Amino acid sequence: MSEISQKVSEFIRSSLLLDSNVDVAGTASFLEAGIIDSTGVLELVQFLEETWNFSVKDEEMVPANLDSLAKLEAFVQRKLGG
Amino acid sequence: MDRGCGLAHARLSILDLAGGAQPMQLEQDGLAITFNGEVFNYLELREELEREHGRRFATRSDTETILHAYAVWGERCVERMNGQWAFAIWDARRQRLFCARDRIGVRPFFWTLHEGRFLFASEVKALFACPGVTRAFDLRGLNEVLTFWCAAAPRTVWEGISELPPGCTLTIEAGPGASGRIEPKRYWQLDYTSDDSQQADASAEKLIELLVDAARLRLRADVPVGAYLSGGLDSSVIAGIVKRRTDTRLQTFSVTFEDPDYDESDYQREVVELLGTQHDTVRASNELIGGVFPELAWFMETPVVRTAPAPLYVLAGLVRKSGYKVVLTGEGSDEMLGGYDIFKEAKVRRFCAQQPDSKLRPQLLRSLYPYLKSLQAQPDAYLRAFFHARAEDLQNPFFSHLPRWKLTQQIRGMFSKETKAALAGHDPLEELRARLPREYASWHPFAQAQYLESTILLPGYILSSQGDRPAMGQSIEGRYPFLDARVMDWAAHLPPRLKMKGLDEKHVLKRAARGLVPERVLARPKQPYRAPDAASFIDPSTGKSRYPYVDELLSETSVGMTGVFDPASVTKLVDKVRSGSATGVKDNMAFVSVLSTQLVAQRFLDRFESEVTASDSAHP
Repeated sequence: MSEISQKVSEFIRSSLLLDSNVDVAGTASFLEAGIIDSTGVLELVQFLEETWNFSVKDEEMVPANLDSLAKLEAFVQRKLGG
Repeated sequence: MDRGCGLAHARLSILDLAGGAQPMQLEQDGLAITFNGEVFNYLELREELEREHGRRFATRSDTETILHAYAVWGERCVERMNGQWAFAIWDARRQRLFCARDRIGVRPFFWTLHEGRFLFASEVKALFACPGVTRAFDLRGLNEVLTFWCAAAPRTVWEGISELPPGCTLTIEAGPGASGRIEPKRYWQLDYTSDDSQQADASAEKLIELLVDAARLRLRADVPVGAYLSGGLDSSVIAGIVKRRTDTRLQTFSVTFEDPDYDESDYQREVVELLGTQHDTVRASNELIGGVFPELAWFMETPVVRTAPAPLYVLAGLVRKSGYKVVLTGEGSDEMLGGYDIFKEAKVRRFCAQQPDSKLRPQLLRSLYPYLKSLQAQPDAYLRAFFHARAEDLQNPFFSHLPRWKLTQQIRGMFSKETKAALAGHDPLEELRARLPREYASWHPFAQAQYLESTILLPGYILSSQGDRPAMGQSIEGRYPFLDARVMDWAAHLPPRLKMKGLDEKHVLKRAARGLVPERVLARPKQPYRAPDAASFIDPSTGKSRYPYVDELLSETSVGMTGVFDPASVTKLVDKVRSGSATGVKDNMAFVSVLSTQLVAQRFLDRFESEVTASDSAHP
């Protein structure tokens, strides 16, 4: 697992999940699985901004960017210009 | 007594009960001390002083250690001391008085100049007992109480009375050639330079190691030591450490509340069951809080905006009755390790303010207070304004504290015309801005918030009105492992990302606490310690005052006589409370502010002489 995925998944597990045994990496949709709700998304975005020092616009807060670990990894890479 | 100096002392004996009498002298060095508090590392210092410097000790007390430390290391002796203290050493050879207060302000130190004499004491009432010392409010101090919740040292709410700020010393030269200037000298300050190399697991291990040693030192006493248990994380961690990492048999004490909104009994029981401590509780009913408040005002010596000190006074009474003199508590953890809601709120507000046009971000503000229905319905623009979460607020050095301070300042609208006129031009925030350390602007916003909380509210209210005062009022000493010098220095360098990970407060402490406290206590949402405010004085179901003093002190005549608040505004507020419609935080704080101001005025301004006489006969 890349460093980005590792950090994001650790955050989701320790801060957003009640059940720490959930397979974060294997979840296809955080929304569908009930892992992240509407405030959870904002906490996640805040964590991304704080950790990688970029800013996320409202229009970027969409499932296409944030709904799975793979999508998040790609999103962070893009934001970092990678 | 010496030619230039007189010292007096009333002692709560904890270490070397027989040999530690004060004022204590070290005749060979011409030194005498009066000392309030504890130097927890006195055994280590003593060992060094004997071995390296050939000092010979006559007692087993920490008091004597301070005298030898001063004799060897001079004024820098305080840098080696780990503890909680206020002391003054009379150095007869140099004809000077050296005064010092601990780093974070656990123990109080007040002073005044009167007819060319320097007078000092642990309590303001001792200074007032000196003939001729003025007893009057300093309205600027009250203005600070209605901003920061306390006056910020060196200012007090009393005219001409100063408080030695935490982490400072004061040297007074005696005699005719002495300079008239009295300038506190700072020997310690929180340094928030972040050590970004720190990792979560290693930090958690280091924290537990520091806390274990901090607790070990604080168990040093010749009397049994107990612990408070609130049901929250901090006190549970301390109790867990004492029970599991030392061989002390532990007695714990808790306060419970009549009102389920404030009560944490379930969590307390769970910790007690897990740790197997001897446990005792006392219930702080609304009526009891209102009942002890006048007595407590005598000990707090300042108006306050909340009743939260009262249950702690009741709790300290239980400790005393149980035959204990010393308790460990979890105080200081929220400030040092980032636990308060104000830190979380500031983080979310900043997140919102960074993108003023975002429609989504204010949702996170709403999520902070899901139980506040009015907040849920607020349009974004109001929400942003109320929380000071607009782009322009980001530039304010007090960003984190603006909502609290601005809300509290609204109570000043109730000041009388005369008070308002006298305070025209006094801005507590401007004064504070001028006092901020040079490095402040370079610190992370999270650290800035911690600094404000740790240097104003912690010493001025938490450790005083809610700490030393209610405890010492019952002759109980509080000890705070989270405020150990090593813990504070280490925690200040801990990077903000480890203090609050996302919105998970005290993240490193929670990691460190696994296995020490019940899982449910680790996982529970933080509950701020609060007590019922106006309802402690006026029964909301009947609208009637619970005690005659409430009616007496809030009458227009009485409020007018004191002169601080406007009688008509107070009557309006009291009517609102009686009608049951004063449910908001602001109204409750306003009510407690007015009532406590009236109580303090009554006891210290109107009836001081009879109070002192009564107090003398009660405690011969």
